[in-house]
Amino acid sequence: MTPVPFRGGGFAPRDRGWAGAITLLAVVAAWQAGASAGVIPTLFLPAPITIGRTLWHLAISGELWNHLSASLWRLGIGWSLGTICGIGVGLAAGLWSAFRSPIMAVVAALFPIPKIALIPLFIIWFGIGEGSKLATLSLGAFFPTVIATMGGVDNVPRNLIRMGQSFGLSTGAIIRTIILPGALPAILSGFRVTSSIAIVLLVAAEMIGADRGIGAFVLAAGNLYDTDALMAGIVMLSVLGLSVAALIGSLERALLTWR
Amino acid sequence: MTGGLGLTLRGVGHAFGALHVLDGIDLEIEPGRVTVLIGPSGCGKSTLLGIMGGLIAPTTGSVLQAGTPAADCLNPLTYVFQDFALLPWRSVAGNVALPLEAHLPAGPRAERVREVLALTGLSDFAEAWPRQLSGGMRQRVGIARALAVRPACLLMDEPLSALDAQTRALLLDEFADLIARAGTTTVYVTHNLSEAVRLGHAIVVLSRRPGRVREILRIDPEQDRADPALAAVEDQLWSLIRDDAAQAEREMAAR
Repeated sequence: MTPVPFRGGGFAPRDRGWAGAITLLAVVAAWQAGASAGVIPTLFLPAPITIGRTLWHLAISGELWNHLSASLWRLGIGWSLGTICGIGVGLAAGLWSAFRSPIMAVVAALFPIPKIALIPLFIIWFGIGEGSKLATLSLGAFFPTVIATMGGVDNVPRNLIRMGQSFGLSTGAIIRTIILPGALPAILSGFRVTSSIAIVLLVAAEMIGADRGIGAFVLAAGNLYDTDALMAGIVMLSVLGLSVAALIGSLERALLTWR
Repeated sequence: MTGGLGLTLRGVGHAFGALHVLDGIDLEIEPGRVTVLIGPSGCGKSTLLGIMGGLIAPTTGSVLQAGTPAADCLNPLTYVFQDFALLPWRSVAGNVALPLEAHLPAGPRAERVREVLALTGLSDFAEAWPRQLSGGMRQRVGIARALAVRPACLLMDEPLSALDAQTRALLLDEFADLIARAGTTTVYVTHNLSEAVRLGHAIVVLSRRPGRVREILRIDPEQDRADPALAAVEDQLWSLIRDDAAQAEREMAAR
């Protein structure tokens, strides 16, 4: 008699936050060690400690906040505009036949255009100031939000809508109590995508025509071969991306407790 | 609990495209009684219930309602769904409160929710999420939600079919008790012959697709449902639908 061999298990990866943190720390430590040992030329890639020191100087001089606040303002306004409009249009496409095909035709035609290519056009339309930057960010957030919202509405179980109808709920009540909460997970997933797109477009737009903002700061540092400041700007962008992702994660946890 | 509503179906037929599901249904749903619809798979029982509830438009014929619902009735024709149809993002109390929100202010609404949760044995689960409940408990929530609007006619679409046998037996007793106490007109769709005999005052046997009324068996409302004599009714039902059920099974397998 032999024991039955175990063939189950596996295929169930789990998140281990500490492993991620240790990996990041190990990369930074190796980078610092390589720079200190002279293996990594610091003229091209400054050491983490140097970047940290530069960030500290930027922070106490007020320059960091000067650039960061301009970027955050553009990101907040541009992304919010695109997202609010995208949710509205996505809901209309998801709910009413009269809007669905026309909206999808426009989305299919315009979504694939790289939004960076539209920045010069927006500068002609809205000027070199904030208008062109906000339009670029809004458009970047708009189309993925439309698609995510419409997909979310499509995936709301039809039996729940029918249940609402069977109890005589008004169209408004069905949208508010059944369709919007049902589509919310998809809309929030869309936020992750659109916030990343918005940060990419933010930097591109600030590199083309701005004297404040992280994109402008990075470009100016590159033009001066100031790699310490350039890397400090890149670290700021990384922290910005992580912070936005954490914010969306918190929003998901707060709004989707029922899952 | 509420005044009953009667329904009259005249020449009701329905087709999904080329698929003819129901044909020439003439039927009286008596107020205050339990009418069970039974028949082989695909004979259009759920479609007929949807037509009675105004959720599906009949291709031919009409459904008329007779009688006046009681003054406190908030949704005369009220559905209980096979798959419970609970909102996963609302607690048990939130799900029960949903159909009351347009009708009652917060205080009376909370009171009504407490009342029906107590009636269905859910008081301790008011704040639970649907995902935390068993299938049987979820269907109790569906029942509580339906009772909360004080319906004049309950339309129950195979409410026990998604549950295991033990839970089904337990809930069936509770349903019978609740329906008897409420005195509400009830139309109950099922595949299960025992459920039909346990609950029904009139058992409408539909033929295989396109569904037509084949036979209506009546059981005295006063008759004890534990009476062994009712086994004969169950046998009679089975003999009525057996050949159609076998044929429907073969047709489904061939598709």
